[in-house]
Amino acid sequence: MTFVVVVFPGSNCDHDAYHAVKHVFDQPTRFVWHKETSLGDADVVILPGGFSHGDYLRTGAIARFSPIMTAVTEFAGAGRPVIGICNGFQVLLECGLLPGAMLRNRDVKFHCEHVTIRVEHTDTPFTARAAKGQVLRVPIAHGEGNYYAPPDVIEALESQRRVVFRYVTPHGEVTDAANPNGSTHNIAGICNETRNVVGLMPHPERAVEAVTGSEDGRVLFESVISGAMAAVSR
Amino acid sequence: MKARVFVTLKPSVFDPQGRTIVDALHSLGHTRVSDVRQGKYFELDLAVATAAEAEQLTAKVSQTVLANPVIESFRMEVLPDTKAGRS
Repeated sequence: MTFVVVVFPGSNCDHDAYHAVKHVFDQPTRFVWHKETSLGDADVVILPGGFSHGDYLRTGAIARFSPIMTAVTEFAGAGRPVIGICNGFQVLLECGLLPGAMLRNRDVKFHCEHVTIRVEHTDTPFTARAAKGQVLRVPIAHGEGNYYAPPDVIEALESQRRVVFRYVTPHGEVTDAANPNGSTHNIAGICNETRNVVGLMPHPERAVEAVTGSEDGRVLFESVISGAMAAVSR
Repeated sequence: MKARVFVTLKPSVFDPQGRTIVDALHSLGHTRVSDVRQGKYFELDLAVATAAEAEQLTAKVSQTVLANPVIESFRMEVLPDTKAGRS
């Protein structure tokens, strides 16, 4: 599986993502600068975390206009796997590949901590090897992760089983106390209608080696590398 | 030509910053301030000749860049290029 990590000016988790897939999972991996127009031989595209273009106007608002996003949109439209992590998720929301928007965290604080999330659905390329209901301990680091969408969109996401990850207690219960940012329905990650584009605020790429405190993020990469959902997603 | 754009969260959308500010005002004793909504204010200098072009350009950048229509709405004012307008 050839991975492409898109680099925007201000991306700062691009190397974390690269390290995870290249060195931990031993997959061919390339960086692609946002001004490029082709993803080349990519099998999987990662939009990494960070502060693209400084996030001065809104998170992800300018990155959506980057030349590479045309190729990312085409790649996603062809049913191929795309994952947006943190700022990458915000870019996916701004460019319309995923619905909704991010508000400031409800307590207006930047949260940098480990949280627990529950895998709600396993029929995405990034959760195929997880168990439904599996609880993952993964880090978050964001100030604007308070997921919002109008009530009809939330209803559609739920009825179409597109809420892929939810903030939960370590025992897997959805509670308000387990919600670090105020996200509607404790939403931590969602997918598109064809399920091949996944966005999430937590950082699975920072949870692939015991030295960083958790290896629970591995299952997302193992899932996509296994190609388990390739037949469905194409 | 100049334009002003005011971007605010839609009334149905929770405003964490506004809430924090109104709480701060209350703790400072300004208890008659019952709510605060925070927004963004932009002043644009436009290299266009007519008010119609200014309206069109301002609306376009507001809709596509300055505001996110999922959560925000905007209001714009195009100012006539007079001495008063230049301030």
